[in-house]
Amino acid sequence: MFENLAEKLEGVFKRLKGRGRLDEENIKEALKEIRMALLEADVNFKVVKDFIEEVRSRAVGQEVLESITPGQQIVKIVHDRLVELLGGTSSQLRFGSRFPAPIMLVGLQGCGKTTTAVKLAKVLAKGGKRAGLVSADVYRPAAMEQLRVMAQKIGAPAFNADSSQDPVKICVQAVEEAKRNGYEVLILDTAGRLAIDTQMMEELKQIKNAVNPSEILFVADAMTGQDAVNVAAKFNELLGIDGVIMTKMDGDARGGAALSLKAVMGKPIKYVGIGEKIDALEVFHPERMASRILGM
Amino acid sequence: LGKKEIDQELFDELEEALIAADVGPAFTSELIEKMTDSVKRKELDSPERLKEVLRSTMKTLLKKNEAPLVIPEKQIFTILVVGVNGTGKTTTIGKLANQFKEEGRTVAMVAADTFRAAAIEQLEIWSQRVGVPLIKQKQDSDPSAVVFDAITAAKSGKAEVLIIDTAGRLHTQVNLMEEMKKMKRIMGRELPGAPHEVLLVLDATTGQNAVNQAKMFTDAVGVTGIVLTKLDGTSKGGVILRIAQEYNIPIRYIGIGEGLDDLREFNSEEFVEALFEQGNH
Ligand SMILES: Nc1nc2c(ncn2[C@@H]2O[C@H](COP(=O)(O)OP(=O)(O)OP(=O)(O)O)[C@@H](O)[C@H]2O)c(=O)[nH]1
Ligand SMILES: Nc1nc2c(ncn2[C@@H]2O[C@H](COP(=O)(O)OP(=O)(O)OP(=O)(O)O)[C@@H](O)[C@H]2O)c(=O)[nH]1
Ligand SMILES: [K+]
Ligand SMILES: [Mg+2]
Ligand SMILES: [Mg+2]
Repeated sequence: MFENLAEKLEGVFKRLKGRGRLDEENIKEALKEIRMALLEADVNFKVVKDFIEEVRSRAVGQEVLESITPGQQIVKIVHDRLVELLGGTSSQLRFGSRFPAPIMLVGLQGCGKTTTAVKLAKVLAKGGKRAGLVSADVYRPAAMEQLRVMAQKIGAPAFNADSSQDPVKICVQAVEEAKRNGYEVLILDTAGRLAIDTQMMEELKQIKNAVNPSEILFVADAMTGQDAVNVAAKFNELLGIDGVIMTKMDGDARGGAALSLKAVMGKPIKYVGIGEKIDALEVFHPERMASRILGM
Repeated sequence: LGKKEIDQELFDELEEALIAADVGPAFTSELIEKMTDSVKRKELDSPERLKEVLRSTMKTLLKKNEAPLVIPEKQIFTILVVGVNGTGKTTTIGKLANQFKEEGRTVAMVAADTFRAAAIEQLEIWSQRVGVPLIKQKQDSDPSAVVFDAITAAKSGKAEVLIIDTAGRLHTQVNLMEEMKKMKRIMGRELPGAPHEVLLVLDATTGQNAVNQAKMFTDAVGVTGIVLTKLDGTSKGGVILRIAQEYNIPIRYIGIGEGLDDLREFNSEEFVEALFEQGNH
């Protein structure tokens, strides 16, 4: 597919004259193709707009290198810029000096929070950190059971609560228990919710105030479309988020949402989920993501 | 808005609205081109008229796919519910069972997601809420065996309508798609004509990938109906237009919440109006 974009762009340039230099005229068509490719990959409309403008200004005036054809040269400019936009900030989790360091996962319904919580506990355990888990989801049927069963599989301790309890209290008690047991990290799984659900967003704020998490991570489904940035921005505005985890990257979704979130909020993507199994969590690679968005 | 003339700005505005609603760049261009042509042919002379025609073009397209699920009386009717991970399959089954029960049908839920942690327990809670039986086996058992049990139970008169929950699977996972095909095969072998409905559950927050989902689930098990969930959120679900145009699959229901009653029949008119609503809510 990357070849396709490059080939398409070559085709565009073949039809145009004046191949020695990239100018407004001869890159116009090429930018149109790139714009379509990005939108098809679900990159947010506004992000695409700014991105195209930047690529235009970077490209215009460049000599077409002899070793490289104009189409490939443009793709290289686009790719480099994507990597730049996606990368930058370090993707390390910050734990602070408190024991336990609470890490809170938030996001829309069904994006993969519960699964990611357990995956994260496993990643941390591998790195020598003892991580406990707790579910504050008193709403979704069997949500707590889901976390418990998965935690058991990897031998991670899960705090026992039940769905008749108050989510804020559950979290506070879990922190206390984690402290008693000497866990270094406590991962808080929360119920899925819409960003426009004020009551449910208020609940998250209360949990945040009660436990003061060292990280609040927004979990985003790689398949999400144009609205991803609005949702994430709302979570960020109401709650404040420190980073993003992109899930379901094992499919064929191009994951334009990743670029969009990074570009709009400036928050780093820390991990990506690449399967339903508990070890299917990887550190984020900007390079790979850029290639994927372009369909390489 | 409230402009007197049709100009580039108007087209840009419409393009942005369509793309922001996940209609997708290619189909959006197609729609905009259609409008541009009409303007050139002087069929459209005001922005209001143009917007009206655009809406009605979209409504006409979706109207063809607006087909509520009709369940014939006095026979076993089996519904296989499929889709990628986390779209709302299990929840939708709770809602559907509730609706059919209220219509006076005898319903059973079938827990053929034997893979995901606590998936059976989740469906069990829904079955208790609705007050219908659940047919299940142990975690990790063969989903086809669960379906076999369910059809046997239905044949012996335990239920008229069987709604089968399956594990979420990405359409690119070959093994899991094969497993689903096998379930369908077993159903047809045990009860000619089964499954009577293959419902694909799509999440309205999904972007252009939903087209691949529709294609590959249709290729694998012949999707006969779509449920579009999570329309209570701020996403518009515009990708369904592209799916409607390319695959012509009936859109049965929409999901508008996590509760038992948050299911509605799909209405093309309302859907298109909501798609152009600014800010939602
Ligand atoms: N293929 C794939 N599936 C995933 C991934 N992460 C999660 N899932 C699946 O996505 C579905 C939803 O995951 P959950 O962890 O239950 O999502 P959640 O955000 O906790 O859902 P709610 O609590 O209902 O809001 C399940 O079927 C998971 O197995 C991933 O990286 N790849
Ligand atoms: N807001 C909203 N949430 C929904 C809707 N339908 C389902 N959900 C939520 O989405 C999440 C996932 O729903 P499930 O029914 O578990 O989805 P699933 O497709 O069965 O998931 P897997 O079996 O893991 O693939 C849950 O938190 C549901 O409550 C809807 O119409 N609106
Ligand atoms: K909506
Ligand atoms: Mg969960
Ligand atoms: Mg399910």
